[in-house]
Amino acid sequence: MSGPSSMRTPLERVRGLGSAHTGTSDFWRQRLTAVAMTLLIVPVIVVVIMLIGRNHAGAAQILGSIPIAIILLLFIVASTWHMKIGMQVVIEDYIHNEKLKIASVMANNFFCVAVALASIYAILKLSSGV
Amino acid sequence: MALSIVHRATGLALYFGTLLLAWWLIAAATGPTAYANVQAFTGSAIGRLIVFGYTWALMHHLCSGIRHFVWDLGYGFKATEREALTWGALVAGITLTVLVWIIAYAVGGGR
Repeated sequence: MSGPSSMRTPLERVRGLGSAHTGTSDFWRQRLTAVAMTLLIVPVIVVVIMLIGRNHAGAAQILGSIPIAIILLLFIVASTWHMKIGMQVVIEDYIHNEKLKIASVMANNFFCVAVALASIYAILKLSSGV
Repeated sequence: MALSIVHRATGLALYFGTLLLAWWLIAAATGPTAYANVQAFTGSAIGRLIVFGYTWALMHHLCSGIRHFVWDLGYGFKATEREALTWGALVAGITLTVLVWIIAYAVGGGR
């Protein structure tokens, strides 16, 4: 089927493979989020440096401004997604007990979603100024 | 060179280090007292050490990750190129870390 005479591209042949039938989606998203963070890292560092040494009122005002909130939201989504995939690879590499592996993958998902939502909630709250 | 394990190790450090970032954002959203607690921690000797380590982990993982982009695109597989990319990532990671901290002290130190 995937022999030398196949007309299917290498990408088409691996799409949908794997036990979850999601094929190379994790591989692709790992790269996608990595490129996103490579683009976002300079603005994010600038924001962090802007906040150094400021009191709460000053920091809250900067964090609540629209462009800065958007930069941080993009970075949070990219980083927590990247974290989730990366940790899952590590779990699958080192944990061979099936039950422990499933529990670890679940815990990893919970952790990353919790960190993402907590951070997103904090930024939205700062943006709304309440 | 055994730097691929360092890429993984810095990734793991960043995974848990994100809690610090989340704590900082939540504290900013909570109020002045919570924010002062974060500042007291990040301003302490151990806090500064952790944030410095976090900065290096981030910069190294970034540079080492760019090395992986080069490989993903199909370049840099010759022995000399692999060595150059690996050493380049290591040196660039340390350089960027020091640079970011110099800028941070120069800009934020006086506030």
